[in-house]
Amino acid sequence: MDKHRRTFLKRAAGGAAAAVASSGAGAFPRREELPLPPNAIGMLYDSTMCIGCRACVDACKEANDMPVEQPAKFSDWNQDTWDTAEDLSGRTLNVIQVYADGTKEHKDEVENGYAFVKRHCLHCVDPSCVSVCPVSAMIKDPDTGVVTHDRDACIGCRYCVYGCPFGVPQYEFHDPFGQITKCQFCIHLQKEGRLPACCDVCPTGASLFGLVEELQKEAEQRLAAKPGEPYVFPRGKLGDDKYPPHEAPLPEYEPYVYGVTESGGTQVRYLTGVPHEKLGLPEVQAASFASIAEGMQHTLYKGMIAPLALLAGLMYFAKRSTRQDSDDED
Amino acid sequence: MTAVSDTDLLFNRLAKTELDSYEGGLGGLTRREFLKYCTGIAATMGLPTVAGVQMAQAATASQRPPVIWLHGQECTGCTESLLRSYHPTLESLILDTISLDYHETLCVGAGKQAEAHKHKIMEEFHGKYVLVTEGATPTKDGGIYCKIGDKPHVEHVQEAAEGAAAIIAIGSCAAWGGIQSAHPNPTEAKATHEVLNGKTVINIPGCPPNPYNFISTVLYLLTFNKPPELDQENRPKFAYGRLIHENCERRPHFDAGRFALEFGDYGHRQGFCLYKLGCKGPETYANCPAIGFGDVGFGAWPIGTGHPCFGCTMKESAFNKPIHALADVKTYAPPTAFPAVDAPKGGGISPGAAAIAAAIGGAALGAAAVAMRKMPGRVDESDNTEHSD
Amino acid sequence: MAHASHSPLGGKLLTKPFLVLLIFALIGGFFIARRFIFGLGDVTHMSGGYPWGIWIAVDVIIGTALGCGGFAMALLVYIFNRGVYHPLMRPALLGGLFGYTLAGLAVVIDLGRYWQTYNLLLPWFAQPNSVMFEVALCVMAYIAVLWIEFSPAFLERFGLTAVRDKLKKYMFVFIALGVLLPTMHQSSLGSLLLVMGSQLSPLWYTIWLPLLFLVTALAMGYGVVILEATVVTNAFALPSEQRILGRLSPLVAWLLGGFLVLRFLDIAYRGHTGLMFAGDLNGFMFWLENLMFLGATVILGLRSTRTNQRLMFLASILLLLAGSLYRLDAYLVAYNPGNGWTYFPSVPELMVTIGVISLEILLYLVFIKKLPVLHGVRPVQSH
Repeated sequence: MDKHRRTFLKRAAGGAAAAVASSGAGAFPRREELPLPPNAIGMLYDSTMCIGCRACVDACKEANDMPVEQPAKFSDWNQDTWDTAEDLSGRTLNVIQVYADGTKEHKDEVENGYAFVKRHCLHCVDPSCVSVCPVSAMIKDPDTGVVTHDRDACIGCRYCVYGCPFGVPQYEFHDPFGQITKCQFCIHLQKEGRLPACCDVCPTGASLFGLVEELQKEAEQRLAAKPGEPYVFPRGKLGDDKYPPHEAPLPEYEPYVYGVTESGGTQVRYLTGVPHEKLGLPEVQAASFASIAEGMQHTLYKGMIAPLALLAGLMYFAKRSTRQDSDDED
Repeated sequence: MTAVSDTDLLFNRLAKTELDSYEGGLGGLTRREFLKYCTGIAATMGLPTVAGVQMAQAATASQRPPVIWLHGQECTGCTESLLRSYHPTLESLILDTISLDYHETLCVGAGKQAEAHKHKIMEEFHGKYVLVTEGATPTKDGGIYCKIGDKPHVEHVQEAAEGAAAIIAIGSCAAWGGIQSAHPNPTEAKATHEVLNGKTVINIPGCPPNPYNFISTVLYLLTFNKPPELDQENRPKFAYGRLIHENCERRPHFDAGRFALEFGDYGHRQGFCLYKLGCKGPETYANCPAIGFGDVGFGAWPIGTGHPCFGCTMKESAFNKPIHALADVKTYAPPTAFPAVDAPKGGGISPGAAAIAAAIGGAALGAAAVAMRKMPGRVDESDNTEHSD
Repeated sequence: MAHASHSPLGGKLLTKPFLVLLIFALIGGFFIARRFIFGLGDVTHMSGGYPWGIWIAVDVIIGTALGCGGFAMALLVYIFNRGVYHPLMRPALLGGLFGYTLAGLAVVIDLGRYWQTYNLLLPWFAQPNSVMFEVALCVMAYIAVLWIEFSPAFLERFGLTAVRDKLKKYMFVFIALGVLLPTMHQSSLGSLLLVMGSQLSPLWYTIWLPLLFLVTALAMGYGVVILEATVVTNAFALPSEQRILGRLSPLVAWLLGGFLVLRFLDIAYRGHTGLMFAGDLNGFMFWLENLMFLGATVILGLRSTRTNQRLMFLASILLLLAGSLYRLDAYLVAYNPGNGWTYFPSVPELMVTIGVISLEILLYLVFIKKLPVLHGVRPVQSH
């Protein structure tokens, strides 16, 4: 109960701050936010259902043909055995990380507890990476909303890596011909009628694939039900019977669905048992950063009118000055 | 090296003296075989070789401790399991190591004769005998749902516990209530320790428990006159200290995300992890994967034969949770393998880089200072060759 | 008349400073070679959290600001028609030439897929919403413009005065472009950060970033001109430009004053004043920047500065340090991707930056000795 009140207060305070901030930024033009694509597909990640088996990490590596990762600092105990990615990287498209506190006894509790989080692309509705890419290498599918990367277009400027509020796109720094890597929702598997590898393999349905709107309903349904009540958790794909669902008591959730409003909304939903910022899911404002940056650019460079007018003026003055100059000289 | 040879010396000395003098008490085993068995038991419990020799001594002592074995609400599965122990065989245990004076399945006498013998032992060896309970104890309506000799089981247990030197609850029914205590629990079945307030009861849960966990505990008691190290639920730590998940031979499949989805499918035939079928290994504390059942070698245990563990040793799992329900993974070892959300990452500052950065700053400031000192301060304006335009 | 007074400095090329700079440039070259053979990770500390290191923040973002001398002077000389400053024009252009060309070089070293850089020019890949797209095209065009603007020095050197005079007729186009393009991309270097949002401290993140970056670029451009003129005239015993520089200083003071007022008012308006006093690294860097800006503003605003070379020099140093720090902070120090990421440049990474800067100074020395760049050089070329 206390947990809920705290979260509520924090949200209220955050909302007030956001209102103040938006009133300030309101004076400036913003590009209209993009709507959710018509057949937007996404994922619901339920942190309380995650058991940390990392089957998704392994399946992802296999499905996307990525090598295992072994940072040098773990070499004393890990000799070519375990995949020990610390975070997303050029070799790791999804990763299970842990929040741990004190004795780490209780799952999904802040004090003396621990909680898992799966990090991968959130497939933003209005993605910064697509907005910032100078060569259209990042593309958002207009129908499904999946954000994909075209390495043949990419020049490797890494602005997408720098600009993503969730730290998702990565560059292969240890390859002289490195490329940008990111979760592309296993579109190559989806074309064969298969599920994204992480959702396909998840034993508990913590990673659940489906249409964003249905996933949102599912998430709201879980939040609305009473903690402790038995609940049937789907596995694999929501509304699909490839995998039988399983029944378990509903955990006590943080009363917030992460990913709905963040940076203009995303196509991934997170349900967590501890506050999301503990899990490295940052507080991100609702106005998408892409719409702010593009709004500025579109205002300054609308139809290139302002720059051309400026150029004409500059040419007039420059011509006058240089003529005087040469008059003086000659 | 010296430590090893000391042990060997002690081993030989003890073996030659005490055991040579004992006639016919080795259950048909040669002296060496018997020593081997005892050291094997010691190894099972993680004890040093010397303890094995000491066990051999205790087991061959002329006065075998009497044991009273009571049956409540149960299926005799624990006894059946014990009957199938091979090292030692049950007869060597009950004839040579202990004196099994009362056991409803195994005793020769019956009816009033058996009861009378039990009472005799309880009086004669007051404070010295070992009480073993098998099965749950019903408590509803004064415990009338399980009667032996026209007396509720609960009274038998309480009576026998009075003068017991040690009490062992074998099997899940005796250890935590077992299937009888599952919802709706019509007889209000309880565990042995629940009807014996204040007495220490060593719990050996399992359905059935591994016989060697019981035998090892008994031998430890005989040898050291104290129970082995117990956890908070009074289970011997050597047997219940670790999750099945930690030692499971199918664990690599779990880590790699290879799961059997239904019985008989490809993954099941390939020996994939049974977690999705409801295996409770990740929430069950027991040493099954380490010692197996039935003495037939590696893999002879439920998960090894393709059935998900149903968590028989755990009150919260067995009979209280559907077999297909997913386990709560209790641990995430090895802990270092999980990256923390905020683990420090990235190229940090190195002494060399710091020195270079400082040198650049210093050089720039130094150069500026020198340049400033060298240049004339006020410039006479008349000196200037100003451009006119 | 203006061009007539420009002449090569002459003198020996292989001086001690030249050799030292050459060694640094070669060390940098070694690590650049390693970068191309073994990848960026081999020489840099860049990571998933900090994908842009000092090669971008220093070589490009600060480097181009230091190369804004040409931009600032062109604005003054040709647009506001202040012919007085004309003698400073060519050295400033040369500084800009190297600042930008080597920034371009740094970008190519830094680009992860440099062999596809030409994709920027292919219309079917163009992404006009991207600030980076605008910056890239704009900087490329400006480098070309800078070379054209500077080309009279070459043409004079090789006696192609006819070509020079023909070019001069159309020079106004390039002069106009030479002001427009930096206005566009220097403000866009600020716009580049607009997408950072929550990853950048609110002390730096503001919708005014484009304007703040443009103003610092101009101010730093003037700062570089002051520094260059003071150092070169002293080092090579040329007649002082102090009088011209003195006229410049109130202008820069006004520019900087405006910058400071806008910055503080904006932070106060957005309600982040508390962050200035948070006592953390960001707060410290914020004050360091602004106190140096303020110092430069005050000194340049003083009447006595106009005739005092030392004060002028001090002000330009403060101004350049403050401006550089502002850019470094905005791109690296105040940028926090969260989740435990840290960054400090590695030794090879630093050596590459030092190498690039050394090459810049080295080429500057070669150019002023061999080409008619400087003003007021005496015909007797003994040194």
